[in-house]
Amino acid sequence: MFNKILTRARTMSPWVLHFDCGSCNGCDIEVLACLTPVYDVERFGMINVGNPMHADVFLVTGTVNHRNKKVLRNLYDQIPDPKVVVAIGACGLTGGIFREAYNVVGGVDKIIPVDVYVPGCPAKPEAIIDGVVLGLEKLKK
Amino acid sequence: MTTSQGIIMILAGLASGPLLGGLIAGLDRILTARFQSRIGPPLLQPFYDVIKLFGKEKMVVNVWQAFCANAYMTAASISVVLFFLRSDLLLILFIQAVGAVFLVVGAFSSTSPYSQAGAHRELLQILCYEPLLIFVVVGIYLLTGSFKIESVYAWNQPVLLKLPFMFVVLSFVLTIKLRKSPFDLSTSHHAHQELVKGLLTDYSGSFLALTEIAHWYETVLVLGLCSLFWTTNPVGAILLVGLTYFLEIWIDNVSARLNWRWMLGYGWAMGVSLSLVNLVWLYAR
Repeated sequence: MFNKILTRARTMSPWVLHFDCGSCNGCDIEVLACLTPVYDVERFGMINVGNPMHADVFLVTGTVNHRNKKVLRNLYDQIPDPKVVVAIGACGLTGGIFREAYNVVGGVDKIIPVDVYVPGCPAKPEAIIDGVVLGLEKLKK
Repeated sequence: MTTSQGIIMILAGLASGPLLGGLIAGLDRILTARFQSRIGPPLLQPFYDVIKLFGKEKMVVNVWQAFCANAYMTAASISVVLFFLRSDLLLILFIQAVGAVFLVVGAFSSTSPYSQAGAHRELLQILCYEPLLIFVVVGIYLLTGSFKIESVYAWNQPVLLKLPFMFVVLSFVLTIKLRKSPFDLSTSHHAHQELVKGLLTDYSGSFLALTEIAHWYETVLVLGLCSLFWTTNPVGAILLVGLTYFLEIWIDNVSARLNWRWMLGYGWAMGVSLSLVNLVWLYAR
């Protein structure tokens, strides 16, 4: 009974932390577009928080490089369990067109475990919302 | 008040924060969304948030923070229970102030600069609104001859007619206390501000949930104080509180955040002068 209520609360209130891990800002604009009146993700209880300690869902855009992989790891560690990681855009998934560059490590999953991959260059806001909703399935388990 | 009535009132006071306060917060979020031409979250959203936070992994910066979150929650709930018992207004204000200070101490106990700056600003907010609250209570005392809420209810006409300026001062305090723009300096309901989450940055999981519930209690308390201005008729009280709260949300949505100098300057200049005008008028009457 209590678990059922907790699961429902978790899926109804995913607070999102957005980290631009060296993205071109294309995907970031699409992430922020989700918050505008057009998409209004607050309908699903989603809030864009600036603090990893308050977050449930970690949205990462862009390639990981040797400079920011520590920041990415640190942010991931600061998010209390249970948490979901969503990698967004071609760069976040594999490194995209930058994957051959000397300073690029690759996709987000090279550093932290990723639950949902949202492809696109940039990913559409609908796809991002879809990705978060898919990620919430993990919280149900 | 008999013992059984007293017990019922204590239970009602304890329940009012988590239930009534949560519903008010939900209504607030829906209204704010509508003002911004969005649909907004469901009415029960604040409850989902708090239940979820209780289910998160516990991460505490230090023991003091956990203690302070609990102390803030306890003080806020006691002040509301005392309000429901129609106790002494001064006592209620002092207990509420103790809780508010514990929240600040908890934020100071962390080394995060956001938390520290937020705590400094919260202290300034307390500095701004506490004297004004005392003025409001003194006004009620001069009118009814007692600090007891009981005597306000015994008064034969709405207090608002004799203390109109005091009500303006109280709604000023309400804006600060509800963390609404233009006075959401230390932390705000909006997820992003220049201090991340300010005062609440390092509270997380169940401790953040505790501060949220304590905030609901405080909302109920301040709205309860507003309702004291129309005690002769329950419909009048509900209308007055509803209208005031609607105006608060409206002001929140049309104004930008201001700095603390403006808050202190304007708050004290306007609050103290309006209070004095009202007090002198009461005295000369």
